[in-house]
Amino acid sequence: MQSTRKIRVLIAKPGLDSHDRGAKVVARALRDAGMEVIYTGLRQTPEQIVETALQEDVDVIGLSILSGAHKALFPRIMELIKEKGLTDVMVFAGGIIPEEDIPELKKIGIKEVFGPGTPTDKIIKFVLENLPKRT
Amino acid sequence: MFDKERIKEIEKQRERWENTTLPKWISHHPERRKEFRNHSGMQIKRVYTPEDIQEMDYMRDLGFPGEYPFTRGLHATMYRGRIWTMRMFAGYGTAEDTNKRFKYLLSEGETGLSTAFDYPTIMGYDSDHPMARGEVGVCGVAVSSLKDMEILFDGIPLDKVTTSMTINGPASTLLAMYVAVGDKQGVPREKLGGTTQNDNLKEFFAQKLCIFPPKPSLKLSTDVIEYCARHLPKWNPISISGYHIREAGATALQELAFTLYDGIAYVESTLERGLKVDDFAPRLSFFFASHNDFFEEIAKFRAARRLWAKIMKERFHAKNPRSMWMRMHVQTSGCTLTAQQPLNNIVRTTIQALAAVLGGTQSLHTNSFDEALCLPTEEAVRVALRTQQIIAYESGVADTVDPLAGSYYIEALTNEMEEKAMEYIQKIDDMGGAIAAIEKGFFQKEIANSAYRYQREIDEKKRIIVGVNEYTIKGEEEYPLKILRVDPKVEEEQIARLQKVKRERDNRKVKEVLEKLHYAAEKDENLMPTIIEAVKAYATLGEITEVLRKVYGEYKELIVI
Repeated sequence: MQSTRKIRVLIAKPGLDSHDRGAKVVARALRDAGMEVIYTGLRQTPEQIVETALQEDVDVIGLSILSGAHKALFPRIMELIKEKGLTDVMVFAGGIIPEEDIPELKKIGIKEVFGPGTPTDKIIKFVLENLPKRT
Repeated sequence: MFDKERIKEIEKQRERWENTTLPKWISHHPERRKEFRNHSGMQIKRVYTPEDIQEMDYMRDLGFPGEYPFTRGLHATMYRGRIWTMRMFAGYGTAEDTNKRFKYLLSEGETGLSTAFDYPTIMGYDSDHPMARGEVGVCGVAVSSLKDMEILFDGIPLDKVTTSMTINGPASTLLAMYVAVGDKQGVPREKLGGTTQNDNLKEFFAQKLCIFPPKPSLKLSTDVIEYCARHLPKWNPISISGYHIREAGATALQELAFTLYDGIAYVESTLERGLKVDDFAPRLSFFFASHNDFFEEIAKFRAARRLWAKIMKERFHAKNPRSMWMRMHVQTSGCTLTAQQPLNNIVRTTIQALAAVLGGTQSLHTNSFDEALCLPTEEAVRVALRTQQIIAYESGVADTVDPLAGSYYIEALTNEMEEKAMEYIQKIDDMGGAIAAIEKGFFQKEIANSAYRYQREIDEKKRIIVGVNEYTIKGEEEYPLKILRVDPKVEEEQIARLQKVKRERDNRKVKEVLEKLHYAAEKDENLMPTIIEAVKAYATLGEITEVLRKVYGEYKELIVI
């Protein structure tokens, strides 16, 4: 039964910035790769993002941010994910995130951070290879 | 331009060439690609000849610089008289930080200021709003009250500089604060020069920093245009912006067409206020991107000028030639900057800046090479400014007007840009105008499709981006970049200042003026005078915007992937 279920991905944009070009291109690329993609639009609060992830029963969350507020917002999102028991959801991120911040983000559970210029194929491959096993 | 006999002869000779010299060469040296296309999808020919512009009429289509249809430039002598304004967008941290950066830029030879506001300010939130967490002063300067604005322009005489402010939804409030600072400095209002971006329409499909729904947003933009026409004669009330349309993924052609269409919508909306077109049109200004395809960009700028002149003359019956002027600011394209091998961005920016200059821009911002990674450092900003200075003073391109005119390729491309933009304009007219097209998601879909196609081309290596999908460095050891970071203390300091302002002002007066504003908004009056009164009483940006949110409601994003 499991094998027929499409991979469900939430692409979310926390923060106030409105640079959604990357988020939309990634959303479309994942959709074209056969995944079910939910994109919720701009300026989602951590609470909204985690609530949507829960409601939509997603396997993967992709966070896109270019405003520089990732250090304030990502830890909050990861906290809420734990609180809601979504620990089997895989989270990755993209946008303008300085190299030196990445180790810290990985420590709080963000599996990978993609910078500008990442080919969409690489992201698709990453999602497929790091898909959490559903129990 | 050419007599028929000559064209016939050229045609004959071209056919001969295509049957002799060309195949002989191609059989040993095949071309790099089966077909060549620019970003807008126009097919680029192998070689252009007089045949491609045989219909062109010099006086009708080009004319002389400073004269209709302004293809060759708005001014008779262009950069031989005065070099374009070098205007670098800047803003971060507290008002003190940005005030320092402004003074630094002025001391380095910059000739106009350009303010970047942080996201909370742009969205009409005070620095202490929950949505502002982690964003205060990060991508621009935080301005919550007149106090911040006073510090931002401290020691900068407002009658000596012109200031551009990248602000849209809350444009009236920020302009009101600028007017208030000018009043305090004793600068007469008719001497205040600068620009508010104030282009709310493009927000719905490009920059997407929308606060209110489309109709009240257009109303607020129109308020500023009307107020400036009546009271601030040197202020450019709006910068009709293609830049964000382009950065969101549009092609050069879409950028051109959609921007001009927004322009049409603002003119129509202002005419409804009872102003005559020549009363306000001379102060409308434009803002475009300059992307990588050199000739495509130059053609776009030239076509934009000619097409706007025609629209103003033929559609709106403007009489004053200045109403037909498309004065433009250009910024090199941020989305072309790569995080990989960032020094390469200096070269990209140079090519893009050169296109803007050859396209006849009035003012230019050059991006810094580190902007795919962080806010620009002082060193990176200096290189970007120097790029303009080298083009202006060393390259010789500024010494004659519109040097590429008459190039078969440039003129053919300029014509094609104009024709295809007109087709889009017709289509949007048929749809019922800009707001109808926004509500249908037309612009959004067009742009999303182009953005996706562009990325596919890069992924499939149909489009080469040096350092990204070709000529990469293994492991990216690379140039050790100094990264500019905004101190998290900025948020605390800013909130402390805001609270102090709220403690020390006359709160009864604030309450009164906010009620007056509410009433004026419900009555559909021009809100500028009341907003000026409100900021002078130190009502905050957040409080003013909140009043308007109550009256107009908030925009709910139409999601188009």
